[in-house]
Amino acid sequence: MTVEPSDETKGPDAIIRVRDLVVAFGPKTIMRGLDLDVRRGEVLGFVGGSGQGKSVLTRTILGLVQKRSGKIEVFGKDLDKVDMDERRALERRYGVMFQQGALFSGLTVKQNVQAPMREHLHLSQRLMDELALLKIELVGLPRDAADKFPSQLSGGMIKRAALARALALDPELVFLDEPTSGLDPIGAAEFDDLIQTLQRTLGLTVFMVTHDLDSLYAICDRIAALAEGKVIAEGTIQTMLSSQHSWVKAYFRGKRGRVLALTRDDRHTPATAGGL
Amino acid sequence: MHAKPGFAVERAGDETRLNLGGDWTLESGAEMERASDSLIGAAAGARAAVIDLANVERMDTGGAWLIDRARKILQNAGVDSQIANARTAQSTLLEAAHWRDFEPPKPPPSHPLSDMLADVGASVVGAWHDLLHGIGFLGESVVALLRALARPHLFRMTSLIYHLESFGLRSVPIILLINFLVGCIVAQQGIFQLRYFGAETFAVNMIGILILREMGVLLTSIMIAGRSGSAITAEIGSMKMREEIDALKVMGLSPMDVLVTPRLLALIVALPLLTFLADMAGIFGGLVVSWGYAGLSPDAFLDRLKTAIGFNTFMVGLIKAPFMALVIGLIGAMEGLAVQGSAESLGRQVTSSVVKSIFMVIVVDGLFAMFFAAIEY
Repeated sequence: MTVEPSDETKGPDAIIRVRDLVVAFGPKTIMRGLDLDVRRGEVLGFVGGSGQGKSVLTRTILGLVQKRSGKIEVFGKDLDKVDMDERRALERRYGVMFQQGALFSGLTVKQNVQAPMREHLHLSQRLMDELALLKIELVGLPRDAADKFPSQLSGGMIKRAALARALALDPELVFLDEPTSGLDPIGAAEFDDLIQTLQRTLGLTVFMVTHDLDSLYAICDRIAALAEGKVIAEGTIQTMLSSQHSWVKAYFRGKRGRVLALTRDDRHTPATAGGL
Repeated sequence: MHAKPGFAVERAGDETRLNLGGDWTLESGAEMERASDSLIGAAAGARAAVIDLANVERMDTGGAWLIDRARKILQNAGVDSQIANARTAQSTLLEAAHWRDFEPPKPPPSHPLSDMLADVGASVVGAWHDLLHGIGFLGESVVALLRALARPHLFRMTSLIYHLESFGLRSVPIILLINFLVGCIVAQQGIFQLRYFGAETFAVNMIGILILREMGVLLTSIMIAGRSGSAITAEIGSMKMREEIDALKVMGLSPMDVLVTPRLLALIVALPLLTFLADMAGIFGGLVVSWGYAGLSPDAFLDRLKTAIGFNTFMVGLIKAPFMALVIGLIGAMEGLAVQGSAESLGRQVTSSVVKSIFMVIVVDGLFAMFFAAIEY
């Protein structure tokens, strides 16, 4: 979310680089030599069948699941070679939005957004209040939601609050785990717009696990498809549509995908009016 | 890598130019906050101020917010202030994080005395509602128990056996241990004090009566309230949190029948059995200490015990046990069903369940003491 100086030209360098990743639980191998790049400033949509290990990959990159072998670099640093302090510094540079929100149920929305600030920064209470309210407004929540508890929020509001918390430390990279699941089509479209607006305004790199074909068409710069423990196809939506892999074909050219594929010419300039 | 946020002041007539430099990012934390505060001081009193961003290396929403806040405060102080030389990305950020009035609304005026009175009133009303709710719940569970008796084929036997094991069998070691220890302590203290009167052997009477009438059942109930009452609240409470209770209801199943009755019955069966074991362990503790500490042989101890206690002494303790179980089970289930959506609420209800059931166990014990005294049993 940091504005880089204009003289420093940033190419499409990889902010996350995964090489030859193997993850297994007991005898069950989930990732079989997976390679993946996430480039700076892009929105990468990550798709895959249920149970194929999309969440496992996210959790492995985040360090919540142990890998068996392979290499993961985040911000150019090999995660196996960083010490605790470096790791903490890296963790400050990304935000995570979990599928169910994972908001702390005992804290209000405002306190949830402030929780990472309180741990990592030494700010006055006034500034933390202001920044929390600013983030809450940026994600399109009404002001009075700030003092509510997660149990008092609707599903869509929980997603927005979780996004606000993911953005609390102004990260450069955000992980979104199925951000539009469980939202109605209007809410999902609004959320897509919100992610895109924030991505542009704050210069974010977004790693998004999703099942939502609309999101993939509307806001993803690139898509990576996971099957059989590997990335089987990677590229723009056109690449996906022309892929010959049977699973990718079924996913993008199946009954649900076909309508979108036909109308996609009308959608190549997605709406930018978001919650701002 | 990371440059401190700062600024240089340039004065030309009554116009002040503030040349910002360094990284205005949240990483700087308090430093950035101080820098933004001194921006205001530096330009105060000038006619106009220009905040120049040309040399700012990096900026995030935190920096943008602080810079725009300083600008707004200067503006309000009568200084005509502007932001200059923002790059496109910085302008976008400043647009997104522009200053807004986040003054919290004034809390309504409060009076400590009336607030306290209101709190007291609310607790009294709350206690009254608790009592009514408790009586209602008791009625509901009695109906559910009778329903189970009327249609035994619908009764959840597996669940009952499972809970008998977890509430009963698995509590046996700890119940035996604490009652044995308490038996030892009562015996030692009794012998020690009665020795002054040369009435050491009367310690046996005291051990027998105290353990059988009061200590056995009381200690067991308190232990079970802490061990099983809390488990009942936590289980039912987390089911409530995850809408599992609602799922049961829409399947046409009554949470009373499915969840509460088996637990309640398991407790009612388990607690008297545990009390019996507790009594035996307590008396055995007394016997061991009398033998070792006062030199009273086991035979003599048992002879003495036979004259000191009757069958009624034993029954007084045992009769109380099912009622204690009912109290613990009802409070545990009621508190579990009162859990709201948050983890904090679950914790609160579990605490409240244990505290209330231990309190009620002691109250019920007191009522029984009065009752038995009145009927001279």
